This record gives sequence, structure tokens and C-alpha cells, in this order.
Amino acid sequence: MTEHGSIIYLEGVTVDYDGFKALNNLNFIVNHRELRVVIGPNGAGKTTLLDVISGKTKPAAGRVIFGKDTDLIGMREYEITQLGIGRKFQAPSIYGNLTVWENLDLSLSRASKGVLCTLRGRSTAAERTHIDEALATIGLTEQAFLRAGSLSHGQKQWLEIGMVMLQDPELLLVDEPVAGMTDEETVQTGRLLQSLAEKHAIVVIEHDMEFVRQIARTVTVLHEGTVICEGSVEKVQADERVREIYLGRQKVAHG
Amino acid sequence: MRRIVGLALLWCMAWVVTGGLAAEAHTSASPPMQLEQALKDLSSEEESARDLAIHVLIEQGDSTWLPRLDALRANADRSLRMAIKPVADAWKHRANLTSLDADMRRSAATDLGTGGRTVVIPWLEAAAATESHRWVRYAMEESIQLLKLASDDPEVKAQAAEKLGELRSQNAVPALKALAQGVGEPNSTQDQNHVARAAAVAIDQIETWNVWSTAIETLFRGISLSSILLIMSVGLAIVFGLMGVINMAHGELMMIGAYATFVMQECFKVYVPADWFDAYYLAALPAAFLAAALFGLILEATVIRFLYGRPLETMLATWGVSLILIQGARIYFGDLTAVAAPTWLNGGTQVMVGVFLPFNRLFIIGLSILCVTGIYLLLFRSSVGLRVRAVTQNRNMSACLGIPTRKVDAYTFAFGSGLAGIAGWALTLVGNVEPGLGQNYIVDSFMVVVTGGVGKLAGTIIASLGIGGLNKLMEPSLGAVYAKVLILVLVILFLQRRPSGLFAVKGRHAEG
Amino acid sequence: MAESLAPRSNAERNEGPIFWVVGFALLFVLPVLNVLPAEDSWLHVSDFALNRFGKFLAFAILALGLDLIWGYAGILSLGQGVFFGLGAYCMGMHLMLTIGSEGVYGSALPDFMVWNQVTELPFFWKPFYNFSAAVLAGLLVPAGFALLFGFLAFRSRIRGVYFAIITQALALMAWLIFNRNETNLGGTNGLTDFKTILGFRLSEPGTQLALYVITVLCLGGAYLLCRWIIVSRAGRVLIAIRDSEQRVLFSGYSPANYKLFVFVISAALAGLAGMLYVPQVGIITPAQMGVLPSLEMVIWVAVGGRATLVGAIVGAVGVNLGRSILTNHFPELWPFFLGGLFVVVVLLFPDGVMGITRNVREKIAKRSIRLRKTSVVEEEQA
Repeated sequence: MTEHGSIIYLEGVTVDYDGFKALNNLNFIVNHRELRVVIGPNGAGKTTLLDVISGKTKPAAGRVIFGKDTDLIGMREYEITQLGIGRKFQAPSIYGNLTVWENLDLSLSRASKGVLCTLRGRSTAAERTHIDEALATIGLTEQAFLRAGSLSHGQKQWLEIGMVMLQDPELLLVDEPVAGMTDEETVQTGRLLQSLAEKHAIVVIEHDMEFVRQIARTVTVLHEGTVICEGSVEKVQADERVREIYLGRQKVAHG
Repeated sequence: MRRIVGLALLWCMAWVVTGGLAAEAHTSASPPMQLEQALKDLSSEEESARDLAIHVLIEQGDSTWLPRLDALRANADRSLRMAIKPVADAWKHRANLTSLDADMRRSAATDLGTGGRTVVIPWLEAAAATESHRWVRYAMEESIQLLKLASDDPEVKAQAAEKLGELRSQNAVPALKALAQGVGEPNSTQDQNHVARAAAVAIDQIETWNVWSTAIETLFRGISLSSILLIMSVGLAIVFGLMGVINMAHGELMMIGAYATFVMQECFKVYVPADWFDAYYLAALPAAFLAAALFGLILEATVIRFLYGRPLETMLATWGVSLILIQGARIYFGDLTAVAAPTWLNGGTQVMVGVFLPFNRLFIIGLSILCVTGIYLLLFRSSVGLRVRAVTQNRNMSACLGIPTRKVDAYTFAFGSGLAGIAGWALTLVGNVEPGLGQNYIVDSFMVVVTGGVGKLAGTIIASLGIGGLNKLMEPSLGAVYAKVLILVLVILFLQRRPSGLFAVKGRHAEG
Repeated sequence: MAESLAPRSNAERNEGPIFWVVGFALLFVLPVLNVLPAEDSWLHVSDFALNRFGKFLAFAILALGLDLIWGYAGILSLGQGVFFGLGAYCMGMHLMLTIGSEGVYGSALPDFMVWNQVTELPFFWKPFYNFSAAVLAGLLVPAGFALLFGFLAFRSRIRGVYFAIITQALALMAWLIFNRNETNLGGTNGLTDFKTILGFRLSEPGTQLALYVITVLCLGGAYLLCRWIIVSRAGRVLIAIRDSEQRVLFSGYSPANYKLFVFVISAALAGLAGMLYVPQVGIITPAQMGVLPSLEMVIWVAVGGRATLVGAIVGAVGVNLGRSILTNHFPELWPFFLGGLFVVVVLLFPDGVMGITRNVREKIAKRSIRLRKTSVVEEEQA
């Protein structure tokens, strides 16, 4: 295992919630421009994994290395974001009282996001074009000047994806992007993610196996805080332990 | 007791001057000669004659002679009054030594001890022999030894000092210190040194004891304040845990409880025979609970339920309600009213030398334990509690499972308000009933809730113990104000490490 | 998309002309009405009324700061009275020292110190001989205090109800400390009996008029400062923090720094308000900085309308006007009124006066559009 080829490298990560080990000695590596899907039953530690990478949760033990040799442990969330890790939450988190355009404008990657720079800052023409392009990509050009709070659920999800896109992260963490979406929206979201994966590395958490098959190249299965299987969709579905976890524990048969 | 040389000398002198035989009749109807003579001598010009007369009167007279003294006092000059007073006092105290009231016996013994008249020692000894009350007997023994400490015989002095040390007598410290000072001085005699050493040992004993008794008293005061805080905060904390709402009118719900108690007292004054008056306090408990709970129910239905999910707005609205309530109470009840605590809560108990525990404080401590236990049982051992906990943890899921969350909210809020009413009921024991009653402790109880964290009973208990205890611990050295300021600083520093209080919810349900 | 910073939110639009009209009225019309017409003319604005109004406008400065932090960033501070008090005491201490030996006891020390048998001026009073130092302190002491307190609070992510409670405790502590005699700040009676400011007698109407004009200018400045902040991208970040602090954090901004910034600004504005309040009212006591006054300040903003700067000003002036009228005529009713205001505003008019006027405006606009449409249709039909 070399650290240098990877965009994110987790080794022996343990997260302890008052005795409950949400992550247990977890190893997890994603390479540049990889689209990785993480699946697992409820409570497997999927969201906690993203929390650890994005700095929301401090692991009790282990190493988290971003890119070549940036140690993420101990850094604050916004510092990690500025390094180039974007995160989309499960429930759409956008600014309801600002317009769609303002939502995107705030998320746009900039040299400094400190108070003083932001007080004086004005959008440049290049930045405005950039936002326009993003608007077109997520299909919200028409709604650009609406209050974001008035968008539909699916539109909010896309807006948030657009916001994370504009941060231009090297690594994109996406938590259940299609939850609550219609079939058509789901397919579109899948295409969007795939096109993003041409430039960025993406980690997607998903439950919907249909969707997983649509987008995934490599799947990681988490269970009780550790990786139990990793590989192509077919390989994972054929794995005995994975079947046991899903069928034995949950009685839920995904295709 | 014949060894008391000075006493014997005085005795003889009295004998000579009055020129008569000591009358043996304490209750004799025919007044003996010497006493009559002594009464006359009280008005003597000569100080020595007066002193002697006082002595004789104290020793041989008794309180049946009081009317005669009063008659003398009627047209007495200053020196005569000064001469009458010790005699009258000594007689009164002597009579009080056999009083039925333990407190009377006790204060009589203490006063005799500080009076400095050795003649009373036999009285005290006689009284102590038959005394059954522990702390009255203690006072008598202490007084005996204090008087002996003034003796001229160094041996008696030293023994008295030793005894006082064993008694841990706080009152003896000044006298002992005076004796101890003589030690090691070049011209001090062997005897003086002996007494001084004994005194020094006794002082040491007493002061070590003091440290402990002060520590215990501080601890008690801390627990007492903690229990007041706890009893006030627990209702607040339950509501905060369930709805994420800080009810700023909580203090005024306490005020309602206190006024309910007051009203109950007034009703008992008018409608109930005086023998049953004390029962008003017990009758006020349900009244206070129900009044506050009912008001809480109204408050929830008219204000709070429209503000779910907007905790800051709820704070403001409930503060508005509290303003209205305070002013309403001020106009209706006036500024200051008090509840007379029932007689069985007056006074207190002494557990050891220098440690006195008032009953009302003990009562509040007991009540807070009872309340917390009750809440614990209700929350964790009943199906109602299960529902409340379910809604606290996950409101939406509970609603899906068919729990009527709206009803749970309303009843929990009413229950929390009722607890505030009980707190108000208890607070009448330690303070006045006034419109601003709720404001006195309310910020402290907010701090308790914030420090304790959301929805955990244990957090509230530990936080109130911590804040109350620290407060009383720092008060003696810093003063009440700075102790409070320091508490705030400590709470802020504490929240640095745990921003959501002691028992923050971690993991999945933590807020984002 | 011609604008450089995307469209402004509705509330901030069209405040420009109102600002100049109201500003003109406050700055010129009222003083002129004070000076020119005869005393018995109905147009005459009395010295007393002008002075009162000056006090309200000072409060409005504070309300602007509070609006910035509560209305925009969604952080409820129940301790603004502390910052107000700090500013007020800084100015009060200077005015106290300028009394010199004119005091009751004829001592160079302030009267209350003579009374408390303090023989030497405490060291922290000494800089306040200098007017500029006092003014600087009036801004920097509250700001510095807010910086320290806010740093601790925001760094550890104390927010929402927790922050409100902690700031309320802060107000209680400040009140307790300023009430003490040994802190040498005048105890319960506070600082009062001021005689002059910069050599001008405070009892002269001319001085008071000048103070009024200065207050109006400061209010204008404060308004422009707040406006500049909220129309900048930083202003968007503040609103964004209110909407979703998590998203702000994961967009690469440090919410703590933004909150701290706006908290410090609001504290400095409160300090400024306090400094303007003292010479106009003539007294500052701990009672002005406790828990209750701090809460009352919040209702000014709520009544006027959160997240609109004009609303904060309207609320501060309106509530205080109502207060001075009601406490004059029905002193017992004021707490009922104030409490009722809290409940009613929060329950029924969460956007305050500005929200009501906005609704009315929108309704009128809609109706006129509908009218125009129907007339167009009618014309076409014709």
C-alpha cells in the first residue's frame, strides 16, 4: 500500500462513541479520479467515515492522510474544505434565505474566505461565468434568482451538488445523493456524478443498489466499522459475508 | 468544691458583714435576715458592700424574691440598677435551668457560664446531672468549666482548660488564649506555665475541630443550595430536553407555587381552627403543583406550541409572559409577603459541636431527593416516561409510531411547570414570597441546565451539585458576588471542552 | 446578471431614498424646529423632546448592532446591555473627572469616592481625564471584551439557546460587579451629576442640541457601516450561518470568525450608543446594563423587524417612545405592555413592523398588477 498514489488514505481509524465503536480499525484508500461507492447496513459507520475525512469527527486512533502527505487529523472542517475536500450531506443543506445564485457564489472556491477579504470581495467576470456554467450543469439557470428555500427537494439536492462542485474539490464526499428523488432525477444525478468523476475523486454513500450499479466501478462494503469486502459490483454481490450481512441480518434482498 | 479558695473567702466575708447565719430556707415564706440586709446593701454607697450583697443574694435568694427586686428597681438610680441586674439575671437563669423548653435551659446555662459567678457552679452541676438533652447538657458542662477556668487555683484552671479542650468549646477560646499567652515568659511561675500549657493544648484541639466543623457546615450549605438549584432546574431541564426550549417564565411558575402556598396559609388562617394551622403547608403542596401545572398547560397551549423549532423565539415570548406575571403579582399581592413556616420546620438539629442544621434546609434537601427519585421512576419505570423519552430522542419517529407527541409535549410541559410550583412551595421556607422570587435564582438554574446538557437527569443533578457546591465553597473567601462571577467563568471554560453540556448526545443524533 | 454581487434580498432594496429623507429630517428639520419657532408654536420641538429623541437615537445605534448579530447571523445575545454599559461608563468616568472640584464635597475625586472614603483616584480612572482616550476606551473596551468572550464562546461552538443563556449570565455578572462599591464605579447609584463636556455646560440647550446632532451623525455612520457589511459577501455569509452553519463550515468559511467579527462590531456599536446616552441622560447606573435592559433591547429589534436595518431603528425609537409615554401616564401598565409586546411580536409578527409594511406593500403591488392586467385584457377585448 503506497500513500502516494492515493487522494485519501485512512489507516487504523477508530471512532468511539461512549463505548460504541462506530469505526473500528478501518483502512480505506481512494485513488485520484476514482468513483468509489460505499455501502453497508445501517450503523455500519458509513457517515462516520465521511465525518472523519471531513473533520467533523475526531478519531480516537489512526491516520488520515490527504493527497501526498497532508495529515488531516486535528484540522478544522473549513481548513479541510479549503484543502480541497467537498462534502454533500444526506439532507440537503443549503441557505434557504439566499438566492440560488448567492448560494453558489458563496461556495465558489476562492483564494481567501477570511472575514476581511469577504467584506471587500467582488465577483470577477470569470467567477460569474463559472457560476453560470454550474447553473446550467445542475439545470437551475431559470431559478437563479429565486430564494433557495422555495426549490423542490430534488432541486435542493442538485443545488448542493452544484455548490460542492464550485468548491472545485479534489475529493468529493457525497452522502446518499438520490434519497427521496424520482427515478428520472436519480438517473440524472448518476450521470452528473459520473461526469464529475472525470475530474474529481468521489466517494458516494448509497443504499439504492440500482443506483450503485449505474455508477459504481469499485464498491466498498462496511460492516460494524470495518471494511469487509471491496471490489466490483459483481464481486461484492457474490461475496458470502456480504450476503450474510444483508440477508441474514436485515432480510433485505437487493436485486 | 471547698478547694475554691476565693469562693470560700468571699463566703466568710459575707458571713461577717451580714453578721448572721445563713438561712437554709430557699422557699421559706418568712424572709431571712441576711437577704433583707443584702437587699438594703444593694443601695449602699460602697462598692464592696454592694458586691457582697449581690453575691449573697445570688447564692441564697431565688426567683421568688424577684418581686422585691422589681420593687427596688422602680425608683432605683443607675448604680442600683446595675447591682440589681446580675442578681435578677442569675435568679431567672436558675429558674430557667429547670424549664421544660430545651432551648430555654440551654440559653440559661450558657448565660450563667458567661456571667462569671462561680457561685452558680453547683446549680449547673445539679442541673447537668439530671439533664437528658444532649446539647443542653453540653452547654451546662461547658459553662461549669468556663467558670472554673476563672478560678484562682492553677490545678482547677488546668483541669478546666483540659476539659474545655475535650468539649471543643468554641466559647472558651478567648479565655484560653489569654491564659496561653503567659507561657514561657521569664517571670511566670511554675503554676502559670502549667495552666498555659494546658490551655495551649486545648486551643489546638478546639481549632482542629473548628476546621472540620467549618468544612462540614460549608458542605452542608453547598448541598443545601445545590438542592434548591436542583429542585428548580429539574423541571426546566426536562422541558429543555424534550422540546429544546428554555422556559424563561420558569421562575414565575415558581412564584405561582409560592403564592399558592401563601394563599393556602391565608385560607387556613380564616377557615381552619388554629390547632390545624400547621397543616396548611402540606395542603399547599398539591395546590402549588396544580396551580403551576395548570398555568404551564395554558402557557403551552397558547404560546409555546406555536413556536416549536424556534427555541430563541420561545425564550423571548416566555420572557414576555414572565414580565406580565411578575407585574400581575406585584399589583395583586403587593411587594412583600411571607409565609410562616410550620412549627415543625422551625429550628434545627445539632449533630455535633459547632454544626447546626436547620430543619427547613434539611427538608429541602430531602424534598429534592424525593423529587428526583420520583422523576426518575416516572421517566424510566413507567410507560408514560417511555413515551416522553421516545419523543425526546426522536420526535418524528415517535410520531410515526403513533405516540401523540403533541399531548406528550403538553403534559410534560405541565409536569415541568408543576415541578416549578413545588420548588416555589419549598422556597417559601427560605425566603420571602415576593413577585421577584423567581428572578433570584433563575439565571443560576439556567446555568445548571446548560451545564448539565440536554435531557439527562444525571447531568442536571451533577451540575447543580457542582455549581451550588462551588458557590458555597468560594463564598467565604471571595464573597457572594465574586463567587458567582467565578462560577460563570468556570462554566464558560467548562463549555470550552463540552459545548453541549456534561452529557451531550454524541454520534448520530448530535446536532450538525 | 449585470450586478457584481447578485441580487440583493428584498429587505435591503429601496432603503436608499428613505435613508436620505429620514436622515435629512433628523439632522436638519428637527433641530430647526427646535431653534426657530416660538416656544408656544405647535411646530416647536421642545428641548426636552429633542433630548429624549436623542436618547432614542442612541438606542437605535445599539439596535443596529444587535440586528446585525441576531437578525442576520441568528445569534441571540442577551448581554448587549453589558457592552452598552461599558461604553456608557467609559464616558461617564470622563465626565465624572471633568466635574473636578465642583462636586458636593469640593474634592478633586468624584463625590462617591469621597463618600466611600477613597483617598486616591484608582489607577484605571486616570486615563479617563483625556476625552479622546475615554472615547477610544468606550469603543475598545466593549469590543475587546466581546472579542475575548466571543472567542471562547464561538470557538467551542456554543450556540443557540446556550449562547443566549451564557450572555444572559454575563449581564447578571456585570450588573453584580458594577453594583459593588469596592470596584470604585459608583455602586448602585452609578455615575451622575455631570457638569460639562469638553468645556460646554451640559445644562445648556445648545450643548444638548449639539449632542443630538452628533448622535444623528453617529447613527447615520453606524447605519452605513452595517449596510456596507450586509450587502457585502460577508453579509451573505452571516445569513448563510443562520440558515445552515454546517454548510458554511463545509464551504471553507470559518463561522466562528464571522460570528466573532459581527459580535465585536455589535459590541462596539453598543458602546458607542452608551457613550452618546450618558451626556444626554446625565446618569448611568448598573440598572441600565442588567438582565432586563439587555432583554428589552432585543425586543426593539424584534418589534422593528429582524434582518432589516431600518427595522432596528424604527423598533428602538418606537418602543422607547411608547415606553416614555406609557410610563408617564400608566407606570403600572408598562410591564404588561412590554411583556405583551414580546408575546405578540414573536407569535404574530415575527418580521415586526417592517414585515407588516412589506406585506401591505406587496398586497398593494399585487392588486395593482391585477388591475393593470384586467385593464389590458379589457382593452384587448375592446
